[in-house]
Amino acid sequence: MAQPQPFSDILTREMTPYDETWDVRVTDSSLRDGSHAKRHQFTMDHVVDIVAALDEAGVPVIEVTHGDGLGGSSFNYGFSKTPELELIAAAVKTAKTAKIAFLMLPGLGTKDDIRAAQDAGGQICRIATHCTEADVSVQHFGLARELGLETVGFLMMSHSTSPENLARQARIMADAGCQCVYVVDSAGALIMEQTSDRVAALVAELGEDAQVGFHGHENLGLGVANSVLAYRAGARQMDGSTRRFGAGAGNTPVEGFVAVAEKLGIRTGIDVRKIIDAAEDVVRPAMDGECLLDRLSLTMGYAGVYSSFLKHADRLSQRYQVSGAELLIRAGERKLVGGQEDQLIDIAIELAAESSP
Amino acid sequence: MVTAAIVGSGNIGTDLLAKLLRSSSIEPRWMIGVDPDSEGLQRARDAGLEASADGVDWLLAQSEKPDLVFEATSAYVYRENSPKYAEAGIRAIDLTPAAIGPYVVPAANLDEHLDQPDLNLVTCGGQATIPIVHAIASVVPVSYAEIVSSVSSKSAGPGTRNNIDEFTRTTSRGLEVVGGAERGKAIIILNPADPPPLMRNTVFCAIPEDADQEAIARAITSRVAEVAQYVPGYRSREPQFDPPSDVNGGMARVAVFLEVEGAGDYFPTYAGNLDIMTAAAVRVGEVLASRLPAAV
Repeated sequence: MAQPQPFSDILTREMTPYDETWDVRVTDSSLRDGSHAKRHQFTMDHVVDIVAALDEAGVPVIEVTHGDGLGGSSFNYGFSKTPELELIAAAVKTAKTAKIAFLMLPGLGTKDDIRAAQDAGGQICRIATHCTEADVSVQHFGLARELGLETVGFLMMSHSTSPENLARQARIMADAGCQCVYVVDSAGALIMEQTSDRVAALVAELGEDAQVGFHGHENLGLGVANSVLAYRAGARQMDGSTRRFGAGAGNTPVEGFVAVAEKLGIRTGIDVRKIIDAAEDVVRPAMDGECLLDRLSLTMGYAGVYSSFLKHADRLSQRYQVSGAELLIRAGERKLVGGQEDQLIDIAIELAAESSP
Repeated sequence: MVTAAIVGSGNIGTDLLAKLLRSSSIEPRWMIGVDPDSEGLQRARDAGLEASADGVDWLLAQSEKPDLVFEATSAYVYRENSPKYAEAGIRAIDLTPAAIGPYVVPAANLDEHLDQPDLNLVTCGGQATIPIVHAIASVVPVSYAEIVSSVSSKSAGPGTRNNIDEFTRTTSRGLEVVGGAERGKAIIILNPADPPPLMRNTVFCAIPEDADQEAIARAITSRVAEVAQYVPGYRSREPQFDPPSDVNGGMARVAVFLEVEGAGDYFPTYAGNLDIMTAAAVRVGEVLASRLPAAV
């Protein structure tokens, strides 16, 4: 494997754009990552309204799925109010130019779910694994490519391993048929150069074999800044959620990134004024509340905890009369990974037992 | 003593060997692999077994044949081997996901299938969780059972990783067929933390809103004790009951939190997922042995 290039070299490197029209392709995840903030209670109206507004503003890709991916509707993650395949189909019907993406996590979703999502009209298959476990996705990438889907790979909790390890895992996904591997900052814990070093390591490893993307969260308030650094390090696909509608303190705000990108001369194809209006007039009304950098979400970025744990920790702190922040700190100490929401209950029981006389 | 062969000399086969050497009713006599340099075959020879890297055909060509075969290869290989055992009249205990014979979980349904030529052990997650679903379903109707198995990355071999869909599908089916849930769903999580965490399993069951919670809790407690008889490191927290809510899909729910500490035979203790499979296999073998005419 090639050595990741030091950060200073990256800034001076020749930049290849995403294609002739865009320097970077933006994917909006408010109808997937936002599902966490919404406790998976999206309705058809939410999806139709948000997709129409984002499509009109020129957002090229919109992701729609249960927050935990296909098959996520469950006791462990929370049941969906509306079946996700119906939401995907509604998004496909509404979008005039945007492509509709869906997420799946091997171990939770299966190949059958990928087929069903494609039947519903989904065009981009995004497959997520913990950042050291990429080999569980090999059969799913194989199937997705066979079906003619565009593929994206998600290396979740990327802060928890080194750039070199991350690049090795990215190679596994690329060899399996993944066309763009994302550095996914699920905990919102990456800080500046930690982001660009990881992106650069993947770019060096993958070369022309696959693109690199970045998925940021706001748990340390760095979503836009990290995304710009990721772009400069060679990321050519960028995730965000309009109005930060996502897990934890929310995702990189699409409207914020797009505005900054325009100022920096980075072409996204998204109309700044229209996406600012969409955030305020369409997305915000669909949210139960703003995604904030408050005690719990900042604790997640600080302790390196999976952002989707936020609403669960909040609910469990009330159910068991324990501190939500302490619960998240313990989740960090136990090194829980994405998907282990059940273990938060275990921790809450443990905390409640400790505090009872 | 009933005689047995272990087919497959990898990690599972080697751990099985350690457990069978302690058995008072089963004598492991043969171990079969395909790699002459395998550590498992060497260990078997050191323990006094006949070991061969020439596959199952070598075993079946011997003048004396085993009463029982423990199959620890892969689903693919087992599909090839299964008819050969049947033809030779050898009972097979299948630890692969091939699922040719009926699913068997010792603390749930072993008695139902003792006359079958071939018994399948579902999955590690199934062995850990199905007894609990079965216990709950013995008290109240379970319209839906969902399990989450978290295993350490180090204990998940290429078989599990390349066939992760088979794990979720087979375990889901086991929750229904053996556990007695109307609908089952299984989730598996690999956690790379160092030191490796113990295997943990969570069982969620949808139950009637007016269910007798004490009766359910009693059934769970006694079933945990039953499993712990053959998997000593198997334990649970007190079950948690929650009323219906939006995020629970409008269903009342009982949640059971299980931990499986391995016996540390060949695998380290964190690999409870592997230990529970081999321990269940030995349990099934010993029950079968007690029903077979003893060899001289």
